[in-house]
Amino acid sequence: MLTLTSPVEIWAHRLPAGGKLLALALATTGLFALSAPLPMALALAAAAALFASGGPGLARTGARLLWPLWPFVVVVGLWHLWSGTALDGLVVVLRLLTAVALANFVTMTTRLSDMIALFQRLARPFGVLGLSPRRLALTFALVIRFIPVMLDRLAQIAECWRARSPRRPRWRVLVPATLAALDDADRVAEALRARGGVG
Amino acid sequence: MERNLTHIALFAALIAVLGLIPRIDLAAGVPITAQSLGVMLCGTVLGARRGALAVLVFLALVAAGLPLLSGGRGGIGVFAGPSVGFLLGFPVAAFVAGWVMERTTLATGVAAWAASVIGGIGVLYVFGIAGMAVVLDTTLAEAALLALAFLPGDLLKTVIAGLVTQGLARMRPASLMSRA
Repeated sequence: MLTLTSPVEIWAHRLPAGGKLLALALATTGLFALSAPLPMALALAAAAALFASGGPGLARTGARLLWPLWPFVVVVGLWHLWSGTALDGLVVVLRLLTAVALANFVTMTTRLSDMIALFQRLARPFGVLGLSPRRLALTFALVIRFIPVMLDRLAQIAECWRARSPRRPRWRVLVPATLAALDDADRVAEALRARGGVG
Repeated sequence: MERNLTHIALFAALIAVLGLIPRIDLAAGVPITAQSLGVMLCGTVLGARRGALAVLVFLALVAAGLPLLSGGRGGIGVFAGPSVGFLLGFPVAAFVAGWVMERTTLATGVAAWAASVIGGIGVLYVFGIAGMAVVLDTTLAEAALLALAFLPGDLLKTVIAGLVTQGLARMRPASLMSRA
């Protein structure tokens, strides 16, 4: 499966994941402390500069990742124009775009394996509660492995439905799909136990 | 132990799969994604604790950078956007739905529907509306008005969650861990 990590390696890929997340948390908190349009615009410009430092390809992907926000930008913009507080609206929209862009930058410059390794490290103190790093890694691996399996299975179930019925398969395909997930879970559990359990 | 782990993992995958199918028409002509349906099913099928854990695993993978949210969104960016409240509410919604499911003695289908309404709409909207109010800097009432747009689709999903849970109970009574 494709991740959101940028295939173009830039300087930020080499920074540790934990440090980037900490910086992101601080930056986002800072954004909520700002309330004037000019500093907010400068913050967005700084975020844009970050993306630009990674070359045109990275910047284009970064811009595309912001696109799903447009309905909110429109709604907030219209609302503030209508209530005569256009400057406040501008601050909200700029803050939203900057916060999401910065977070996307961290995601795009951090490999999935690095991020999961960080989660495992963060989970270590919770080992006493049964959340061992090993189990966490096994769970993540199972999820990633089973997403394509379940997508295939859902397509097969829908095909079977079409072979039998002229009507379109609607929610009914979800019953066998969920049942298959439950059966898979039982089988994988048995397989794990046969190989010595999850430890 | 193994069974808990695999059920949590497989249902986390199910939430992802339900979000990845391009707007399957669950009912004629209503363009909704099934992601929150997966969250409801986690609660009604797996029960409170396992259901909430499955949703947390799913969110962790989204945060780690997999584009598993409907529309191919993912990464930490979604936790800075307007739907952050809904995302943080997902595990709580699954927990509450599972909790209701474990405690009520109603018939399975009705219980699953009621549990989905309480968890997947009642609880989830509290989080979702609060999140939108913070990120978009609106009052709670204005944010609630925005959330209203999702209500018809979500009501439909609660009915489907009830029907699917009932179907599972009928085909394989032992498979409902929430009722075990």
